[in-house]
Amino acid sequence: MAGIVISGVRKRFGDVQVLRDVSLSVAPGEFVALVGPSGCGKTTLMRIVAGIERHDAGSLDIGGRQVGGLRAADRDVAMVFQSYALYPHLTVAENIAVPLTMRRLSSWQRLPLLGRFWPGARATRAGIAADAAAAADSLGLGAMLGRRPAQLSGGQRQRVALARAIVRSPKAFLMDEPLSNLDAALRVQTRREIVDIHRRVGATTLYVTHDQSEALTMADRVAVMQAGQILQVDTPERIYADPADLRVATFIGSPRINTLPAEIRADGMVMVAGLAMGLRAEGAAGEATLALRPEDLRPDPAGTLPVVTEHLEFLGECTLLHARHAGLGTALTLRLPPGATAAQGPFRLGFSAPRALVFGADGRRRAVRVLEAAHV
Amino acid sequence: MSEAVARARPTFVPRGEGWAGWMLCLPAVLSYLLLLLLPTLAAVLLAFTDYELGAPGLAWIGLGNFQELLDDRGFRISLRNTLIYVGIVAPVSIAGALALALLIEAATRGRALFRAVFFLPMVSLPVAMATAWQYLLHPTIGPLNAALAQLGIAGPAWLTSSDTVLLSLAFIGIWEAIGFNLVLFLAGLTAIPRELHQAAEVDGVKSAWERFRLVTWPLLGPTTLFVVTITMIRSVRVFDSVAVLTQGGPNRASEVLLYTMYTEGFTFFRLGYSAAITLVFLIIVLGLMLLQTRVLDKRVHYG
Ligand SMILES: Nc1ncnc2c1ncn2[C@@H]1O[C@H](COP(=O)(O)OP(=O)(O)OP(=O)(O)O)[C@@H](O)[C@H]1O
Ligand SMILES: [Mg+2]
Repeated sequence: MAGIVISGVRKRFGDVQVLRDVSLSVAPGEFVALVGPSGCGKTTLMRIVAGIERHDAGSLDIGGRQVGGLRAADRDVAMVFQSYALYPHLTVAENIAVPLTMRRLSSWQRLPLLGRFWPGARATRAGIAADAAAAADSLGLGAMLGRRPAQLSGGQRQRVALARAIVRSPKAFLMDEPLSNLDAALRVQTRREIVDIHRRVGATTLYVTHDQSEALTMADRVAVMQAGQILQVDTPERIYADPADLRVATFIGSPRINTLPAEIRADGMVMVAGLAMGLRAEGAAGEATLALRPEDLRPDPAGTLPVVTEHLEFLGECTLLHARHAGLGTALTLRLPPGATAAQGPFRLGFSAPRALVFGADGRRRAVRVLEAAHV
Repeated sequence: MSEAVARARPTFVPRGEGWAGWMLCLPAVLSYLLLLLLPTLAAVLLAFTDYELGAPGLAWIGLGNFQELLDDRGFRISLRNTLIYVGIVAPVSIAGALALALLIEAATRGRALFRAVFFLPMVSLPVAMATAWQYLLHPTIGPLNAALAQLGIAGPAWLTSSDTVLLSLAFIGIWEAIGFNLVLFLAGLTAIPRELHQAAEVDGVKSAWERFRLVTWPLLGPTTLFVVTITMIRSVRVFDSVAVLTQGGPNRASEVLLYTMYTEGFTFFRLGYSAAITLVFLIIVLGLMLLQTRVLDKRVHYG
């Protein structure tokens, strides 16, 4: 197993700067998920690591070796494509065997007819077939080795693509939204399988997704990317509870985090619509944003946020209350227990102050202290 | 609302639908019957008669025409020449077109230009082109032999020597077919998902040859099959260049199936005999098509 170190990678397609100064490192054996909205450059970064695309600047290191100048075939990484990219004319067994055939057989032994009789070819081929069958078995594909990709369901194709990746022991796995074509139930199941494989093989994995729940549940660390930049790389817990950037806070979490326009006074007090929030921010005064997760808000007659109810949304395991700030008109969402009902007319919301997030005008996180007097 | 519409529909439509369908098909069905099926049927029937143009009557002679074909040395030569012609034109124009298509596909610039250049013979008038070839290949005033003379080689009389005439015609045939095949192959190549090539690379494929073997060639299968069939059928059908350039000569060295049929039918007016040759031609073409649809099709589609 080998780590991946990406530093200062830039990529431009024509006029579009797709990657601007991306740095990210994946420790040996680590599972890092790369999340970001569509078009932010995730696939591009992954293809650069795989060697399918060239980067304009920066360096790439896999297992302690500079691979920037190497071709994909020489980088020894396995990639699972978003579209699976299975060879349609080969059976499942043959598809899975391709990486082994290409690496273990000499070009003479791969020759169409003659190769079969080349010295050593028979034994090597038998070994390849056995390894391919073992990889297929470990993913529950044992019964369909003889089928072609067209005769498989989406989930099965997905697993063939995975098997083709795990059949050899590459330095690292690259997976590009491998679950995006599956239905919800299959997605959750395959998610588990990928995590299991990762536990078993312990392979360095860079996993691209635009589904944040996938990233949060599967990864050791999550890298949040936006507009060609990596905003934060951290554990799932810290990405959620301790985002470094307003864009990270708003991208992660569903329903979306509530944001309120705020002001940091000269004495550091955080004010929303002229009311003190019981928080004191460090650093310069000026405009700011107060961000509150839906589960950190609750109705509270002594709260500091006057709101009016808009409507309730019943989700099964909880109820979402959509409200609007009375003064600012800003929408606020609360996560309430399933049976909750909403007060009609204006009422007040309180929030859990230690979990409140304050961001400066530049979108960077500001450290805050909770004041004693605040209602916790 | 939509339910009401769905329920109302059957009461309104049933009588009209089948009838309207037939009426709409009628022009196509009629023209197909009149212009294609009936003439073919007439030709097939004629093949079993001794009908000659202008003759007062005709007699059913069963397999007589075919018996005569078997004994006819001219027909045997013509059949052999046709097979040789197809045997040269089809493989060379297919392999050449594939090689060119791969080169053009790999090129970063000038694709449209190359495509147009090689496709040009397809859109040009065969008879006009044949005249141009006549000039190019002319033994005394033609540029080809002039160039050869510069190198100290005495060029043969390309179109008038029985040793070279079939080769020269085959060369013209290749020139005509290669552009069409090239365009088909280029279309086939663009239909191959780029991700497959990339997957192959990640899987450890290093050389262009291995990539061709693993991805390009298998995925090009349906295209190749179509190109093979269409090229064979088109080259079995060779006529224009023979009629304009050699009239089957010298000494029958360039007699081909359709040209023999033409001379029998329209020079000697032996329409029955000519129809028998047409029938042989039809059987060859049908055989090729059957080979494609029944045997090979199953081996190149992976769906
Ligand atoms: N070959 C290319 N030529 C030009 N622009 C490209 C090319 N490939 C990608 N782009 C552009 O680069 C940007 C990033 O694309 P990329 O595929 O990396 O996005 P992504 O984050 O993977 O998105 P998604 O989640 O939709 O897969 C997009 O704006 C895209 O249009
Ligand atoms: Mg992508």
